[in-house]
Amino acid sequence: MNDCCMRAKMIGAYKKQIRNLVTIQYGKEEKMGVKLTFQGGIHPYDGKDLSKDKPITDVLPKGDLVYPLSQHIGAPAEPVVAKGDHVLTGQLIAKAGGFVSAPIYASVSGTVKAIEPRRTVVGDNVNSIVIENDGLYEEVEYEPAELSALSKEEIIARVQKGGVVGMGGAGFPTHVKLSPKEPDKIDFVIVNCAECEPYLTSDYRCMIETPEKIIRGLKCSLALFDNAVGILAVEDNKKDCVEIFKKLTKDEDRILVRQLKTKYPQGAERQLIYASTGRKIDSTMLPADAGCVVNNVDTVIAIGNAVIEGKPLMHRIVTVTGDAINDPRNFRVRIGTNYHELVEEAGGFKAQPEKIVSGGPMMGFGIFDLDVPTTKTASALLCMLHDDVSASEPSACINCGMCVEACPGRVVPARLATYAENGNKEAFVENNGMECCECGCCSFVCPAKRPLTQDIKSMRKMVLADRRKK
Amino acid sequence: MENKMKVSSNPHIRSFLTTQKIMLCVIIALLPAAGFGVYNFGLSALVLIVVTIASAVLSELLFNLICHRKATISDLSAVVTGLLLALNLPPKAPWWIGVIGAAFAIIVVKMLFGGLGQNFMNPALGARCFLLISFTSIMTDFDCDAYTGATPLALVKSGKGVNVFDMVIGKTAGTIGETSMIALVFGACFLLLLGVIDLRIPGSYIVTFVIFITLFGGRGLDFGYISAQLAGGGLMLGAFFMATDYVTRPITPKGQIVFGILLGILTGVFRIFGASAEGVSYAIIIGNLLTPLIEKVTMPTPFGQKKVKGGKTA
Repeated sequence: MNDCCMRAKMIGAYKKQIRNLVTIQYGKEEKMGVKLTFQGGIHPYDGKDLSKDKPITDVLPKGDLVYPLSQHIGAPAEPVVAKGDHVLTGQLIAKAGGFVSAPIYASVSGTVKAIEPRRTVVGDNVNSIVIENDGLYEEVEYEPAELSALSKEEIIARVQKGGVVGMGGAGFPTHVKLSPKEPDKIDFVIVNCAECEPYLTSDYRCMIETPEKIIRGLKCSLALFDNAVGILAVEDNKKDCVEIFKKLTKDEDRILVRQLKTKYPQGAERQLIYASTGRKIDSTMLPADAGCVVNNVDTVIAIGNAVIEGKPLMHRIVTVTGDAINDPRNFRVRIGTNYHELVEEAGGFKAQPEKIVSGGPMMGFGIFDLDVPTTKTASALLCMLHDDVSASEPSACINCGMCVEACPGRVVPARLATYAENGNKEAFVENNGMECCECGCCSFVCPAKRPLTQDIKSMRKMVLADRRKK
Repeated sequence: MENKMKVSSNPHIRSFLTTQKIMLCVIIALLPAAGFGVYNFGLSALVLIVVTIASAVLSELLFNLICHRKATISDLSAVVTGLLLALNLPPKAPWWIGVIGAAFAIIVVKMLFGGLGQNFMNPALGARCFLLISFTSIMTDFDCDAYTGATPLALVKSGKGVNVFDMVIGKTAGTIGETSMIALVFGACFLLLLGVIDLRIPGSYIVTFVIFITLFGGRGLDFGYISAQLAGGGLMLGAFFMATDYVTRPITPKGQIVFGILLGILTGVFRIFGASAEGVSYAIIIGNLLTPLIEKVTMPTPFGQKKVKGGKTA
């Protein structure tokens, strides 16, 4: 009894210490009514009501499953199966092509039908393994482990073996993120629970339904960094999640819950780090330079699965939503499942959509064909009856400065876009064009409907290509 | 594939705000001042306003036709220019003053430089200064049926007393739209509430101006003098509606404050040391010319970078 009291007191004191640390760095405290946020940003219609109350349900694939060998940043994976091979659920089908790469596992049991180029979300044809589903879902045996019994190297190895990549969209191999040069200098392990992108509710449902899995994954990451504090960074439009997390982490001495202001792009890495820790990094720095490691909700869950259950990454949560969908839903999808099947599972289209986006409306990819597979990085399938972009015609810039106000990167998008249009690379770089994070806020607010983000994005690509040549 | 979908780069959503809607807001915000002008100076003011707006729109339409360019009058910017110019004209000015002014504003100041967004100075003010220089006697003759004699600001300059209350309401001589401080502030509040303009420029402009005239006006902290200076002349119209013109003010937030301070000082200099009692138009025009320079030195520091000496970022 006495022991328990002492422990609670100690935890209280420790938490206060951490809070002070964060407070000193940020200069503001939550209690004072100052919301944790960043400068700039926008408030678009969030559309989350469409699917936020729909529990996550499993989708069983009917057709073939397609696994593009390159669904992460880095070297493509190398197939270890051949046409005609029989595979089980959870069996390795392609090994990592290097350190910055990730292996791929079969998410169903069946026969390898082909290894051939198939179209992916972005429109490229990527070499892919095609598996014919036998509908039996025979699984391989996994090797569970106790977190306390694992060394740091073993934890990282299990994450690497599990094929875990950043599932928020970038697809950066997670084991690389978890092995920075100086692990002792990591002060914060942040779980990105902001889900600032409109329409997306997959993270929200995970937080409601399986919060213990998120905390389990976070503990796995914290085990790697002795000096780090875990932060669950949640936007304040998800107060229920904040409550759940606070309850669950009451007795955790290394995990803090931070409530952030609801604003797009609160979940952008640099903005998230600033809002939750007060530290700032620019485009040339990595989160590790500010002593931070950031992972999104789905990724953290995958880390936990890989480390503790030994289960590789085979599923992800996908929100199928938009005003063109009959029954917007959150699905637990086996990676490789065709997008057609997701739409069918969500009740099909109300009417022919004008635009379909893989991902959210701000950062997602517009797709022209539903015949593409779900990859590790596909967070949503948004089907819109009406396309804002083609409905609005770009006109002359009136210099209103709304893009400057909205830009979280503190650059001047209107000028950068003009330099980009004129092909003026020097002026573009000189005026910090490379600092753009391509969040899309400027294009969203522009009253003249200029394609600012698009112009800046193209120019950035050109400059980066030039730099690579040198 | 029969059902083709639209594809574009992200983002895939756009805000509802358009250039046209912004212009419409400005027009609505100017209506109280215009309405008061008509009430104050009679129907001739209304005729002048209508003629000026019509000539502005027609000039833009004709220019686009002659140059085989796409018609741009639907963005309503020509209406705003025409209306602003009309509000800057004396109530008794003949109709052709409005026509010449509007044509100059639209064709010379705006369209010849590339149309909306490309002009380097406020078209309405450019035209007003052109008219002031070309037709000085007409443009400075504020005698009309309702009021005779000098404008209150000229009276203040010559050291005479004025009724500040009348000036705030607007029952004085002056150009059509500048007299009523109340109507202008009312319209400005509308724009501020909608977020079309913000207080950076008007705020820094007015505060700097008050400080300047307190220091150099020779009357010290004389409340009557300061309020007469604020309510008189084109200060309110200029600060809220002309200095905040998107195209010709700096785009950087810091630059906007610098711009406002600059205007405050210039207006003070022109009003106290200049020959004329007025000074807002010239101050804003000079400010417009300095805008590119102000922008250059006030570029914001990108997120996550630190400023180092010499204004360069590292």
